[in-house]
Amino acid sequence: MFKRIFAVFVARNREFVRDRSSLAWNLLLPVALVFGLSYAFDGQRDEYTVGVLQAEAEIDASAHPFLETRYVRFVPYANIDDAMLKVERHQLDLLVEIGPPTRYWINPTATKGYFVEFALLQSTSTATSSVIKEQVAGQPVRYADWILPGILGMNMMFSCLFGVGYVIVRYRKNGFLKRLRATPLTSFEFITAQVASRMVLIMLITTVVYTGTHLLLDTRMEGSYVTLFVVGLVGAISMISLGLVVSARVTSEELAGGLLNLINWPMMMLSGVWFSLEGTGETVQTISQIFPLTHVLKSARAVILDGATFAEVAPSLGAMLLLSAVFLAIGAWIFRWEQY
Amino acid sequence: MDDSRQIALEARNLVKDYPGLRAVDGVSFKVPEGICFGLLGPNGAGKTTTVEIIEGVLGATSGEVYYYGEIAGSRFRQEAGIQFQNTALQDYLTVRETIQMFRSLYDRQANIDDIIEQCSLGDLLDRDNRKLSGGQRQRLLLAVALVNRPRLIFLDEPTTGLDPQARRNFWELVKSIRADGATIVLTTHYMDEAQVLCDDIAIMDEGKILTHGSPENLLHARYGDKLINLAHGEIRRPNLEDLFLDLTGHSLRV
Repeated sequence: MFKRIFAVFVARNREFVRDRSSLAWNLLLPVALVFGLSYAFDGQRDEYTVGVLQAEAEIDASAHPFLETRYVRFVPYANIDDAMLKVERHQLDLLVEIGPPTRYWINPTATKGYFVEFALLQSTSTATSSVIKEQVAGQPVRYADWILPGILGMNMMFSCLFGVGYVIVRYRKNGFLKRLRATPLTSFEFITAQVASRMVLIMLITTVVYTGTHLLLDTRMEGSYVTLFVVGLVGAISMISLGLVVSARVTSEELAGGLLNLINWPMMMLSGVWFSLEGTGETVQTISQIFPLTHVLKSARAVILDGATFAEVAPSLGAMLLLSAVFLAIGAWIFRWEQY
Repeated sequence: MDDSRQIALEARNLVKDYPGLRAVDGVSFKVPEGICFGLLGPNGAGKTTTVEIIEGVLGATSGEVYYYGEIAGSRFRQEAGIQFQNTALQDYLTVRETIQMFRSLYDRQANIDDIIEQCSLGDLLDRDNRKLSGGQRQRLLLAVALVNRPRLIFLDEPTTGLDPQARRNFWELVKSIRADGATIVLTTHYMDEAQVLCDDIAIMDEGKILTHGSPENLLHARYGDKLINLAHGEIRRPNLEDLFLDLTGHSLRV
């Protein structure tokens, strides 16, 4: 069995590596996106963002005149530690707890915090002594730090879905799957070889791209590289498994492309590749949980930005493994070799 | 043909239904070990469907396939070699890598140098699969069908699209494989090919076998010592093409 899996695994790797244009695309696209977006958007967050420490999910703007300030996005936080971390990293310009007494936390090195503090004090009718100011310190999280996991995750998603889903549909359509079926190779062995091949290739590519951008842009890394690798590995398995579901029966490359895009686009928009899902509605956040990419990015950013340990990302890893098991079971159940 | 030979392959009452169409309608035949059996018929006769059911790549609506007296299963997959009518191979792999990959899928393995020599692929080993001519590609597909030292080989219209010289070269190759003792099941719509290569033939049309036997016996049974008058005054002995036209009423490649 392992001999057959290995033979198909090696053949698929050769096919991928020798397709220079695809290989170059897989390597260059994420690098270009990280560099381009970092250059374009680093430090250019136009909107002012203020965290509001409260138990309720909705902010009552009538509670304080400051909460009616225009051009400021107010985001509720129930946990002070989470919110303080954001202030430390300049991801929140200020954190406020409406009193009395009203307390606020500010990072003195954050330029936008200065203006938001000014607005807060102006809107407070009572004496400034009734407002308690706390200072926090910390270096900002640059856009490159934040976007790097997103771009790598997106690249991984495209590679896993199209590199497995689309390729298997092509094999089925051109009769290569039928030829393999006439050999002792089982569908389990074939699928295992495809998953293993794509997993190795995508982890290799992702590691190379991450290492290169990490070194060149000096991006933040608070946690363990091993934990980050495990997050990527489990994430790759879950997304490859999703690609297998799409490719299990489809015989048309056009239909496969459409179905993969139907999955790609919502996943890309709702998993937090480009922007944080914080502050989005509960429905959006619930839907985002069904996408493997959401869990990959949440875990990867937790490791990179917060220094999360393996135990801390274990729930997300568990969710990804559960999704993988569901996708693989469906894929194996509905898989068929032939076109008709 | 020696009637005492072991039966390598037996199809029993195979039926394949598609919505609104019975593609294979109660096909039964036996193939003794070591012969070249030809399944002939016009396009759409059900030859490929029948063979694909036997090969195990297409499910039958009903009927059974026996390989050396057992229901065709894992032993059949290990010992059968198959050349499909249309098969794509993996892009970017060389001829050598393709043969090696398929060879690794079997427990029974042929000597790779023997296959390369037999199929005259020595000069093409490092060539990308995509850069082979039609004849070279057919030789590679045959090599892939030989990687497990098959006892039974299926060749589904192997010379379709080849030029006359390439066809004749391929015939020689098939003869050499048969001489090594393998049993061959050949589907073709070329009657000259069947006449040259086959010991036993079955003619199919509309999903049914119309007649079955050795070419000589079938011609003799149908025509005896009759000769055919041609339009321009020549006369000749009837051949498989005449038999085919008499039985099916089709021109050969319709």
